[in-house]
Amino acid sequence: MLEGILLGLQTAFSVQMLIMVIGGCLIGTFIGMLPGLGPMSIIAIMIPVAISMGDPAAAIILLAGVYYGAIFGGSTSSILLNAPGVAGTVATSFDGYPLAKKGKAGKALTVAAIASFCGGTLGAVLLMVFAPALSSVALLFHSAEYFALMVVGLSAIAAFAGTGQVAKALLMTVVGLMLATVGEGTMFSLPRFTMGIMDLQSGLSFVTLAMAMFALPEALFLVLNPPKPGAGKREDIKELRITRQEAKSIAPVIGRQSIQGFFIGVLPGAGATIASFLGYAVERNIASKDEQKEFGKGSIKGLAAPETANNAACTGSFVPLLTLGIPGSGTTAILLGALIALNVTPGPRLMVDEPQIFWAVIISMYIGNIVLLVLNLPLIPYIAKILTIPRNFLIPYILFFTLMGAYIGQNNATELLILIGFGVCATALKFADYPLAPLLIGFILGPMLEDNFARSMQLYDGVAFITERPMTMVLLCIAVLLILLPSIRAKQAKIKARGIADGD
Amino acid sequence: MSLDRWIALILLGFCVVYGYTAWFTMDATLAPFMKRNPIWPSTFPKILSILGILLSSIILLGFERNVSNTTGIDYRRLHEYKLGQAVLLLLLMVLYALLLRPVGFIFSTSLFLIFGSVILGERKWFLMLPIAIISTLFVWYLVQVVLGIYMRPLPAWIGI
Repeated sequence: MLEGILLGLQTAFSVQMLIMVIGGCLIGTFIGMLPGLGPMSIIAIMIPVAISMGDPAAAIILLAGVYYGAIFGGSTSSILLNAPGVAGTVATSFDGYPLAKKGKAGKALTVAAIASFCGGTLGAVLLMVFAPALSSVALLFHSAEYFALMVVGLSAIAAFAGTGQVAKALLMTVVGLMLATVGEGTMFSLPRFTMGIMDLQSGLSFVTLAMAMFALPEALFLVLNPPKPGAGKREDIKELRITRQEAKSIAPVIGRQSIQGFFIGVLPGAGATIASFLGYAVERNIASKDEQKEFGKGSIKGLAAPETANNAACTGSFVPLLTLGIPGSGTTAILLGALIALNVTPGPRLMVDEPQIFWAVIISMYIGNIVLLVLNLPLIPYIAKILTIPRNFLIPYILFFTLMGAYIGQNNATELLILIGFGVCATALKFADYPLAPLLIGFILGPMLEDNFARSMQLYDGVAFITERPMTMVLLCIAVLLILLPSIRAKQAKIKARGIADGD
Repeated sequence: MSLDRWIALILLGFCVVYGYTAWFTMDATLAPFMKRNPIWPSTFPKILSILGILLSSIILLGFERNVSNTTGIDYRRLHEYKLGQAVLLLLLMVLYALLLRPVGFIFSTSLFLIFGSVILGERKWFLMLPIAIISTLFVWYLVQVVLGIYMRPLPAWIGI
């Protein structure tokens, strides 16, 4: 591990990588601050740039920098405007905005930055411990287990989608898998579902689909329903210091939430959003009576908890990506797509075959967190000026970058029409509350899922691999349980509720 | 019927067409020696089509209780939103896609950025024109020189 860390240090501290981290964090903070634009859209827009750089280590470092920059930027707009740019920072606005309203915006930003820094850094330490361990276990897996593991991942994403959403999330995953079968597969050189259209022969482009699923609907929503100017008046930022007592009171919160957030981030499907809400709820419950009253009215504990948790969860979500090659969230799915486009397959072999990428990413997380703390915190009052750019100017640019992203990847104008078509469909799906991330995750995992399935079918001459390999069987059972559990729980709750009503 | 069930109906149709292709038409072109393989190109799509039909029927028939809207935008009040602007912007994007090649990057992009702002209600021409043109040239430089991807800058009839 030590040589790995040294290798990572060597790679990550080259001038090029440092520029990538700093640039990524700054870009992420800038765009993440804009209300309505999540990290997925930002990363989707940045992908063509990352891919055309050609160096996988630099690309993933840039994109990871954009990722935590976006989360950091999202918390800034939550605090200053009560308009979270990212779902993961909604819980930040519960206490951050009241603090800003009291004229303590500077203090709130500092607490958020320190909490993010600690969450991210502790998360990176945990990642460094757990990722190598998990990936050495994962080396024992065969294609049958991989297939089962991906099924578990996909069903966990659906299971965590929320009540009344499980079937929708599953359907979206299946649609994503179906879209992935368009074009020529790797196992059989036979065009499938191309309807005789030459442009579909090579399949749909994942960049186009990512743009269509996230960037375009989010931009259209901004057009349809502009944030009300009265909803959030920008508060002045002054006095960035926090007192020693305040630091003492948030230290245990940060410690707890870093660990909790990290492990929630590791679970597929449960990302920064769930981690931040859960972190907020847990800290409110264990706080003393007096402190509990403060929650929601500008408690710094209530601000530190979700901020720590969402950053730790972001780091945690890299564990399944780097060790198993299975993304647990939309954002890591996009990162996976970018890596595949650069001819790197994340998975247990990554640590062995390309240790410089694996370790450079981890080391760059430390650098990224320091950049966010040292560079962004003093610059926040200036960066926050981007919030004053009128949306009349901003939205055409967002749309333009969305289109450019799809165009640059393929150099094909038809791709733009496909993007717009899928974008309109995605907006309709978003209206009807269908989650879009599972679709993209399904699309990216589709070819791998099918390859592993096909390989195990060939090795065992049929579906016997399910019964003959106990590990596969167990994993598939877990997948079934994950899907059934939410509906069973809902039914139990209904029965219980009925019982109470009858008793009255 | 609410929108999510209408969409489930559309997706059901999609899955049925997908399933029909997988089950009945795809194997026709399969070479005889490949038929001995335990897995065919159509095996995975067949499984997917069954899953898709099942899941879309579950939503269509309303087995899963629908919970309230979480995205913060309600399609039932669509007419209260700025629908016109959104549709015009989409049309502008289609136009841009069609014009990008023939008219060249610089003209089409500047026009896209300017008209995008105009559609959203901006009328400060003295700001819009220079910002659009400068940023277009900047992006073109970035893509062409820094990233090294060729994009035709000027209309085809002018040259290059």
